[in-house]
Amino acid sequence: MPTLLLLGASSDMAVALAQKFARCGYDIQLAARNAARLDPLRSDLAIRHGISASLYEFDAGDFAKHAAFFASLDPKPDLTICVFGYLGHQQAAASDWAECERIIQVNYTGAVSILNIVANYYASQHKGIIAGISSVAGERGRQSNYFYGSAKAGFTAYLSGLRNHLYHQQVHVLTVQPGFVYTRMTEGLPLPKLLTATPEKVADDIYKAIGKKKNVIYVKWFWRWIMFIIKCIPEFLFKKLKL
Amino acid sequence: MKKEIANWGNYPVTESDESNFSYLEEMRQYVRTTNHFIPRGNGRCYGDASLAANTLTTTRFDKILSFDIPHGIFECQSGITLDQILEVIVPKGWFLPVTPGTKFITVGGAVASDVHGKNHHVDGCFSHHVEEMDILLADGSIATCGPDLLPDLYEATCGGMGLTGVITRIKFHLKKIETSYIRQKQIKAANLEELLRLFDEFKDYTYSVAWIDCLRKGKAFGRSILMLGEHAKPGDLNEKQQAAPLRLPKKKQFVFPFTLPSWVLNIFTVKAFNSLYYRKNLKREINNVVNYEPFFYPLDVILHWNRGYGKKGFIQYQFVLPKENKEGLVEILHRINDKGLGSFLAVFKLFGKQESLIGFPMEGYTLALDFPVRPGLFEFLDELDTLVLRFGGRIYLSKDARMKPDILQAGYKDLPRFQSILRKYDPEGKIRSIQSDRLLLTKPN
Repeated sequence: MPTLLLLGASSDMAVALAQKFARCGYDIQLAARNAARLDPLRSDLAIRHGISASLYEFDAGDFAKHAAFFASLDPKPDLTICVFGYLGHQQAAASDWAECERIIQVNYTGAVSILNIVANYYASQHKGIIAGISSVAGERGRQSNYFYGSAKAGFTAYLSGLRNHLYHQQVHVLTVQPGFVYTRMTEGLPLPKLLTATPEKVADDIYKAIGKKKNVIYVKWFWRWIMFIIKCIPEFLFKKLKL
Repeated sequence: MKKEIANWGNYPVTESDESNFSYLEEMRQYVRTTNHFIPRGNGRCYGDASLAANTLTTTRFDKILSFDIPHGIFECQSGITLDQILEVIVPKGWFLPVTPGTKFITVGGAVASDVHGKNHHVDGCFSHHVEEMDILLADGSIATCGPDLLPDLYEATCGGMGLTGVITRIKFHLKKIETSYIRQKQIKAANLEELLRLFDEFKDYTYSVAWIDCLRKGKAFGRSILMLGEHAKPGDLNEKQQAAPLRLPKKKQFVFPFTLPSWVLNIFTVKAFNSLYYRKNLKREINNVVNYEPFFYPLDVILHWNRGYGKKGFIQYQFVLPKENKEGLVEILHRINDKGLGSFLAVFKLFGKQESLIGFPMEGYTLALDFPVRPGLFEFLDELDTLVLRFGGRIYLSKDARMKPDILQAGYKDLPRFQSILRKYDPEGKIRSIQSDRLLLTKPN
């Protein structure tokens, strides 16, 4: 049975991914901070789907431990999905470096640190799949969330470069660009229903995209076109907008 | 986030700040820091039992913790629905020990309402099969209880409408099955007399329930269809069914697309529906083998069927009368009949003996009817309440949205003990609902 490693397994999106891939026969490795609290999820996946699920302690911001973490995985995963992210508080981050740094470290530095290790291993094996969950917020910096957006922009560029590099080693990289998703992260925000996906929809789309070896997907699909239009707005106009 | 919520009857609608957590620590934090709230499952009780200004919804708290397949013992968090449980247990040869007429309720709600099923006369209520559970109490601590462990907390939680605390973990016993099919027998009864006689004649069936036409007078007064069932043995199945005896039913669902205007349901349309429903069974008796879904959950295939009752919502009125008071049943049916307030779904059953502290069932007749909310309905239901009381019966809290406090007190004789247990575990009265305030079970601010 193939094995999936979920980095940042406590989020709603990760739970939906775990259920989806377990239903399709994957063994699941759940990596998160305070991994013990995910024990109910572990038992649930194993009982519902008759697969094996395991817990690993993992902190995206604790770079020093990333190599040891990956070394401890047994077996090594066939597929790694990097789900963790931190929206943070834009306004607080403007004046509080600790908040700003956390946004950058979780969304960019931490992701690069762990995925480098995974990528090197997959390259050495000439097989493996990496999927990174970035965000449409990274497509163009906007005043309302440019700390989060710029970190995700960096992550998107990283995934693109990594895909280019690993292509020659028979390793595939998928970039996922979700728009709005109903999760704990966005709870309480007035999201437009039509534009907002459920975590289950994101999980289904990722499963399909991996099967088809897609490079970049948007969830929902029209976000590709929404972002295209947003990217086309000339800067002299864009800077005047309140987005 | 504040939003308008209602339970299945769409009455009443209330503004509520709803929270929903995946992890126990978050839930404990919420309970410690919120000044008053009510736990809520999937919102499938009918009235206001799980409505309050602050609701703690458990649907994200839905993980399976263990499943002892050889012995049929299932342990889970409280927010999982019966639907999800069936998907896991049926293929392994197990079934829910007790199930109500919908599978879209949470297991926490099943305990809080202490639901009954078509097998009440044989297997009792849901809580009868619970071995132990964890309750998150008002002070944020967690207490494990069961029939032999903090029995007072256990008794007050089963049927206690969530007022003792948040049920977080439940361990219960399943029922062994050899197939996922039901050997069904349907018998038409020309009137109430015949129906009661048939209930008696077929009392050994595990499952029994009747649909009753409340709008007929004279000789056809109380004409009905009695539905009986047993879990089928492999030998009862046809060749195709035998190939996969524990097969799950195919998912087919229709969505009731919009809310019907309230005037659509009136005496004429309901009479016409009832006639068609009665006549669809051409023969007096039908015997067949069906999957468990159409037998237990005929309405679950229509999502949002409650929209059929219009924007103002409906009241499902369910009462029980002691078995010796058959004349009470006749009188209440006459009263409904005279009033011309009919209902598609008048469901009738004979309960068995098991009783509990605050649970609804008692040995006797229970009848559940849907009434669309309209002027004069509540006054009429108050009249029915008086009759129910006169004949020693009571009203089901899970369906109630309008009962008066004195009706509750007279119907549930152990109420003072229930309230003293509530005070013991929640001295500040933090856990309360619109219903518990209305019924003076808790003190409104």
